Amino acid sequence: MKRKNRNVAIIGSGMSRFSSHREEVNQPEMIHEAVVEALEDANLTLDDIDCVLHGNMELFEMVHQPDMWHVLGDGGWGKSGVRLTTGGTTGATLACAADNLVASGLHDVILAIGFEKLQEGHTTGGITNMADPLWGRSLQTGALTGLGAQKVIDEFGEERARIAAMKYRTIMDEHAMKNIKAHRRLRLERQYIKETADNSPPLAGELRMIHMCSQSDGACAVIFASEEKVKAFKANPAWVVDHETVHREETMIFGSQKSTQRAAAEKLFARAGIKNPRKEIDLFEMYDPSAWWGVDWLRDFLLLEGDEALKMIENDEITIEGAFPVNPSGGVVASNPIGATALVRVAEAAMQIRGTAGNHQVPKTVRRAMASGFGGTLWTVLMLLSKEKPE
Amino acid sequence: MANRVAICAVAQTKFEPGKKDQRFQGMLWEVIKSVREQTGLDFSEHGIQGAITVSDDVFDARTISDGGITDVVGAHYGSEEKVAADGAQGVYYAAATILSGHHEVVLLTGHCKESQAISRNMVTHLAFDPFFTRPVGLDYLSAAALQARAYMDRSGITETQLADLVVRARQWAAKNPAAQETTPLTREEVMAAPMAADPIRGSFMYPVSDGAIAMILATEKRAAEFTDKPVWITGLGNCYDGFFLGERDLSGNFALERAAQRAYAMAKIADPKTAFDLVEISDQYAHQLPQYAEGLGVCPPSGGNQWLSDGGPDRQNVNRSGGMITGNPLMLGGMARVAEAVLQLRGEAGARQVAGAKRAVAQGATGPAGQCQTVVIVEN
Repeated sequence: MKRKNRNVAIIGSGMSRFSSHREEVNQPEMIHEAVVEALEDANLTLDDIDCVLHGNMELFEMVHQPDMWHVLGDGGWGKSGVRLTTGGTTGATLACAADNLVASGLHDVILAIGFEKLQEGHTTGGITNMADPLWGRSLQTGALTGLGAQKVIDEFGEERARIAAMKYRTIMDEHAMKNIKAHRRLRLERQYIKETADNSPPLAGELRMIHMCSQSDGACAVIFASEEKVKAFKANPAWVVDHETVHREETMIFGSQKSTQRAAAEKLFARAGIKNPRKEIDLFEMYDPSAWWGVDWLRDFLLLEGDEALKMIENDEITIEGAFPVNPSGGVVASNPIGATALVRVAEAAMQIRGTAGNHQVPKTVRRAMASGFGGTLWTVLMLLSKEKPE
Repeated sequence: MANRVAICAVAQTKFEPGKKDQRFQGMLWEVIKSVREQTGLDFSEHGIQGAITVSDDVFDARTISDGGITDVVGAHYGSEEKVAADGAQGVYYAAATILSGHHEVVLLTGHCKESQAISRNMVTHLAFDPFFTRPVGLDYLSAAALQARAYMDRSGITETQLADLVVRARQWAAKNPAAQETTPLTREEVMAAPMAADPIRGSFMYPVSDGAIAMILATEKRAAEFTDKPVWITGLGNCYDGFFLGERDLSGNFALERAAQRAYAMAKIADPKTAFDLVEISDQYAHQLPQYAEGLGVCPPSGGNQWLSDGGPDRQNVNRSGGMITGNPLMLGGMARVAEAVLQLRGEAGARQVAGAKRAVAQGATGPAGQCQTVVIVEN
């Protein structure tokens, strides 16, 4: 166990409604929706906040240093703040930074804000621009790649793999149907799993439109507080146990390197003394940019081997009522305002511990929950939360 | 602070108007190599445990500008987090990752190539909201011009006084091997420069600049392993002002005063006028040196004019590095100020050394007309 300077908990969260087009609000107004909801959830006012963290990806909306403009909606005026951006992992990095900044003693109550308004830019163009202009950019197709699908197909055979991916996608949609904030709520039906995939336009190889995450507008705000403040506010806390960030270099290396998902999980579980994550963790909010990656990464995050993760999907273990619920929110395949997305995972995991998830609250007590972020060149950020205060 | 954070090593490239032979990875390699050699650290588990980087997607013309430097900062299968603000904010956050107990040793880097943009004003123009302020054509230069006019009106500081500050900056820059603009100028030459945005002449603004900086930060316990000259971060403060320029008092220092108060409270500093052996101010524009000196409280409130006339900058060792006005890219202004403070406290500032320097304050700004301010106090 890593010794923190002091304990930190999530005591409130808020989200705007996620949608493909939030034309009725501008960026600070959309952020304001999330901030107001987070403050109400924590029963605080802006006066209780002493630091505002802000993050997104600038080249989507082409606003440089948008935290300047956004003080109009995020409450940052007169307060401290830091802007952190790490691509898709931005939201998770904000959560790690909030944990660090509160644990450090520099701040007592932090409001972390992630947002994106993908409607205002070109998502795939923006992502393609991450590749090295000399070596990679002409090969990059945004985040659309068929390699994830092909890997699962090669290992488990086309039929089983395709059904597992679409089953995963359908379960996520069943969850999204319960989440009033979710962007895509499609009412997919299990009896048409095969047809739904077959009739969906291919994007890259076996990655089809139905498998891929949405392009969403939305904002998320999460309030982190020190142990002293949790007591003073008589708050309902979800404690931050630990977090781990694992990057890999941008040059695409083909072959069987360890995934950053597995590397992050190994490091985090070793520190937390977790031997059997499926049993010792009650719930997982995973950044699943596509159904195929969801299937593939579940195995790595839970340190499983062979087809164990596939069986979890086939046996309905990952549903809201299942033994190991994954993404009761509907996940990223349902809603993806990129700069907010990874913070939404942390917020959702905290909501499940705090019992505030409403219609998509899982029916069991969540004592320990995990949230992941994905971004950059296959980067992972992993955060562990608990109902009980860490030692 | 429960624990202390030490800055154990610092390296900076020479700042230049256009490093055409180097990509940003190359600039970083140069400074990271240096801080590793200074400390003997590697990227193993007991070496550098994580990287905090500072850069900006729009300046780099790259989504996820830290994506191109994962290997250089040693984060392949390791940790890296990017601060997308002035480099002083990077110091702020890097210190927090150590104070929290999460890391013991971190690499802090910053890079920016302003020369990549046809005009850096095109970059900062994008910081204005697309509805009200962007259509007016604002950028950070024109915002600074409004600030300069407001401050000069309030303080009575003249163009001649500002020109003398530029002359002085060049004299100190000539003693700083990392500085960009080292050619001596006369007051008349400074005053003859064409107007960039009234009242800011071309000579009153920081030049287009490329460069990179690296530092090693560590816990008190670990610092002793790599250096016998640790420099301690004893105060950190930061604050945002409002966005619309018309809603702010551009002649004042709302954000900087609060950032300074927070840093001084942490460092237990009662009188900033006498507390520091040297002061490093991010003077992107000449008028900001006295204006921010007021905000920092190193001169009396509203006393910037008198302070200049009294020789305050020389007496209080302000910007012996030459200051930002002699050349640092926008993202690195505050980090370069901290770097200079560290070199001074380590006694490694060469011909510009302040003898026996014990405590310094460094200031960095992000946003239009210094909307977001950061103050870092270091001691040896």
